[in-house]
Amino acid sequence: MLHGYLPSLLEGTLVTLGVGLVSLAIASGLGLIGAVAKLSRTPWVRSVADGYTTLIRGVPDLVLMLLIFFGGKWAIDKLSGALGWGPADLSPFTAGCLTLGLIFGAYLTETFRGALLAIPPGQREAGLAYGMSPIDVAWRITFPQMIRFALPGFTNNWLVLVKSTALVSVIGLTDMMHRAGSAAGSTQDPFAFYAAAGAIYLAITSVSLLGLKALERRVSIGVRRAA
Amino acid sequence: MELAPLIDAAPLYASGLATTLQLLVAALAFGLALALPLGVARASSHAWWSWPVAAYTFVIRGTPMLVQLFIIYYGLAQFDAIRESVLWIGLESAWFCAVLALALNTAAYTAEIVAGAIRATPAGEIEAAYSLGMTRQQAFVRIVLPSALKRALPAYSNEVIMMLHATSLASLVTLVDLTGAARDTYSRTYLPFEAYVTAGLVYLGLTLLLVRLFRRAEARWLQHLAARPAT
Repeated sequence: MLHGYLPSLLEGTLVTLGVGLVSLAIASGLGLIGAVAKLSRTPWVRSVADGYTTLIRGVPDLVLMLLIFFGGKWAIDKLSGALGWGPADLSPFTAGCLTLGLIFGAYLTETFRGALLAIPPGQREAGLAYGMSPIDVAWRITFPQMIRFALPGFTNNWLVLVKSTALVSVIGLTDMMHRAGSAAGSTQDPFAFYAAAGAIYLAITSVSLLGLKALERRVSIGVRRAA
Repeated sequence: MELAPLIDAAPLYASGLATTLQLLVAALAFGLALALPLGVARASSHAWWSWPVAAYTFVIRGTPMLVQLFIIYYGLAQFDAIRESVLWIGLESAWFCAVLALALNTAAYTAEIVAGAIRATPAGEIEAAYSLGMTRQQAFVRIVLPSALKRALPAYSNEVIMMLHATSLASLVTLVDLTGAARDTYSRTYLPFEAYVTAGLVYLGLTLLLVRLFRRAEARWLQHLAARPAT
């Protein structure tokens, strides 16, 4: 099947998942910081966060990816030259994860901000009134509920992120899409390979959807529903 | 920043911008024309109507647009039956393939938006139409559809912006759109920041412009849903 290229495609799938998960971790971190910054009382902190989300969401992923990969390469080269180090390099994996993390950090900022706003302020006040420290309140009261409210938006962002990892093949990372492309070139059978790549992406998104549905049920334990 | 090479590249960026806008307008026009019947079918209570559309949107929304574009541009060309058919007149050109991929993509997302808006029609509006003696068809054409399309506007504005960004993929099938212009400028001057930041700023400007246009459209057509001042 697939002219013997199936193992190579599956190996590429692991790279795709790796880029996706590392980017998701970076994006979640940036998203949390961004959400807290957007709700800050200090005006300049809010402006920085607003600038970040506006800028990132206004420019196509592909352009940001190329900018960070080629621009970052150039900057690292200049920097290591100025410091007298040898030639340095930015790998496609690193550049891809940084770019996707930066992009989806902006989208998750909005998701997390909305989730934080959905928590009734009385709960935080009640925690403080019981004598919990602000960190205890954040860890025990705010954070677990934020996950509950953020999960639907988080699911959407992960699905879009998985599909966006295909763009990393453009800067030379040998992910699934890249392998499908080289197999297509050497076998003259592009239709089969791109269709196979599509089927694997569809499988990843479907499985994620089921997994996150189960997680949603778990974090929604205790939510009262109207009968 | 070195600006001199950018001034030389200005005509390239201008023609790239024109290509980007042409792709966007063509894809949105075909996509919307396809999405309206698909969305109505998706919202139908007859499984024979809604399921095929559900399958279509599942496949399109579950796979990267890059894969769809490459299947159309590289994949279809390998079949003799297609190369010898009348379809080849279009599929031979990268521009047509890009518009086709973008249109099929946006049709799936827009169909779901339209279907969601139709399903969200307040029951009272439909009952009012029936009680005035309208038939099901009349109520759908006169009441449900116009009100649903208006309510779909905010979600559709996001979709249009996503489409603007998706047109950048056309640069990967040899087209010289804004992103393509940036790539050519970079390979000619070796100035990555200048080349890509310029393209990025133009996209940002276009995005902000679209946001403003849709805000005005919403102010005009969604006035009845705006929050009322407290009395």
